[in-house]
Amino acid sequence: MIRNRRLRQAFQAAVSTAVLLAAWQFASYFFPHYLFPPVQAIFWRTVQIFIDIPLLIEVLATAARIFGGLFGAFLLGCVLAVVIGRSPFIESYFTPVLVFLQGIPALSWVVIAIIWFHGIEFRILFIMVMTTLPAFTFQILDAYRSMSKDLFEMTMSFRPSAWTLFRVLIVPTIVPGILTAWKVNLGNASRVVVVAELVGATGGVGYQLLLQQQLFDLAGALAWTLVLVLFVLVVQSALVAIEAWALRYRPVSERAA
Amino acid sequence: MSTDPFIRFRDVSKEFPRPDGSGTFLAVDRLSFEIARGEIVAVLGKTGCGKSTMFNLLAGLIEPTSGMVDVTGHDPFREFAYFRGKIGIVFQNDRLMPWRSALDNVLLGLQILDADKMEAEATARGWLTRLGLAGHESDYPHALSGGMRQRVSIARAFAVEPEILLCDEPFSSLDEMTARDLRSEFTRLVKQNGKTAVFITHHINEALEIGDRVMVFHRPARIAYEARMDQTSGEAERRNVQDRILEVLSLERSVDAPQV
Repeated sequence: MIRNRRLRQAFQAAVSTAVLLAAWQFASYFFPHYLFPPVQAIFWRTVQIFIDIPLLIEVLATAARIFGGLFGAFLLGCVLAVVIGRSPFIESYFTPVLVFLQGIPALSWVVIAIIWFHGIEFRILFIMVMTTLPAFTFQILDAYRSMSKDLFEMTMSFRPSAWTLFRVLIVPTIVPGILTAWKVNLGNASRVVVVAELVGATGGVGYQLLLQQQLFDLAGALAWTLVLVLFVLVVQSALVAIEAWALRYRPVSERAA
Repeated sequence: MSTDPFIRFRDVSKEFPRPDGSGTFLAVDRLSFEIARGEIVAVLGKTGCGKSTMFNLLAGLIEPTSGMVDVTGHDPFREFAYFRGKIGIVFQNDRLMPWRSALDNVLLGLQILDADKMEAEATARGWLTRLGLAGHESDYPHALSGGMRQRVSIARAFAVEPEILLCDEPFSSLDEMTARDLRSEFTRLVKQNGKTAVFITHHINEALEIGDRVMVFHRPARIAYEARMDQTSGEAERRNVQDRILEVLSLERSVDAPQV
């Protein structure tokens, strides 16, 4: 029995991954390789993506699109959240629109972007922003609204300027909400960017997946998928590390596991 | 202690709209009083009598419906920026920022006042030491006891060197032993530093112990009884004041005023 919680979790993850890989490898002995390619074939195709510079650039292009879209939606979401949070009048007009936007599927935005815009990069940025903007806005708005009235009054008793109030109270209050919003939207963005690239781009992981589909190459498709999953896991880990640092003031019992 | 009025309320009234929209209710009714520089005034009254409304008017956080609030010749509501660093407030709960260490919480007011970084830190450390918190500078609020947290909030109020200290039942959430220690420490610090203080409480003994003067409020806030404690020497005289306060307070039943 492993007593250390982190070690135990790592062991459990390793066991379940090993079982999955073994089952896949087992299936590859009985099915044609275009349906179940061997694990080692997928592994070497994945390694090739990382060591082949032109292929790596495709990955970096997708990463840049994800970050570009998320930053755009985040900045716009911050502005909207503050505007809505400060004015119930504006809220009553903006909130229904955002709720409506939230209901539009990513694929619809892809079609709209292709019809409206010419530039590939702008199309993808537009799709990324439109699909993640409502979630960013609502999550930051919730964080802004959860600001303690007691702390607000206490800070106001020192009569700060608007900028100082923002710096010393509002930013630290909304940081946990912002980090959660990034973690949630990162997963959404990685799925949306693949759809956008698949349909409307000439490069990136989505485009490579389209090529693998045309070549009927499942090992390649799985390798590109694996790269995208690894990218999301690495960024998620970075976000978790930033969160642990930013929320280090919380008692251990209140921290996320 | 100077006898010139330092704080002056003249016929101050404050009305609030009722939450259900059915007109207004009067929280403060033509309240008039004066407080001299260096005086400690304890304000007593039952729940919902308008003590906190008077407190917010004095702090300049709300505007009177009529009348005049004058603090050192200035209007604390209209001249909001003038009072930066001149009024320190100790609240009922400590209101520490959980993401700031004890030291950073004490530094808050000094940072808002754009004080020199090195001097501000020395001042904050000095106040923590004076309040018995040396060695706890880096502790976050969750790691401190209730009494220690309230000490940090007192240090935060004193650190900006305010001319006036406003205290809204600052020791009411603490156990009696801790509250007694902090009360005597607080009174010593106020006297030593020549501050003018308004201390809201609903404990008669606390008011008698801290105040140079005790004002008892009726609802809506107006003075029902007033006694000078600095001229009350004997135990019998003190007991008389206590009895009179009890009598005044018993004339009025507690009410739950609408939250504003």
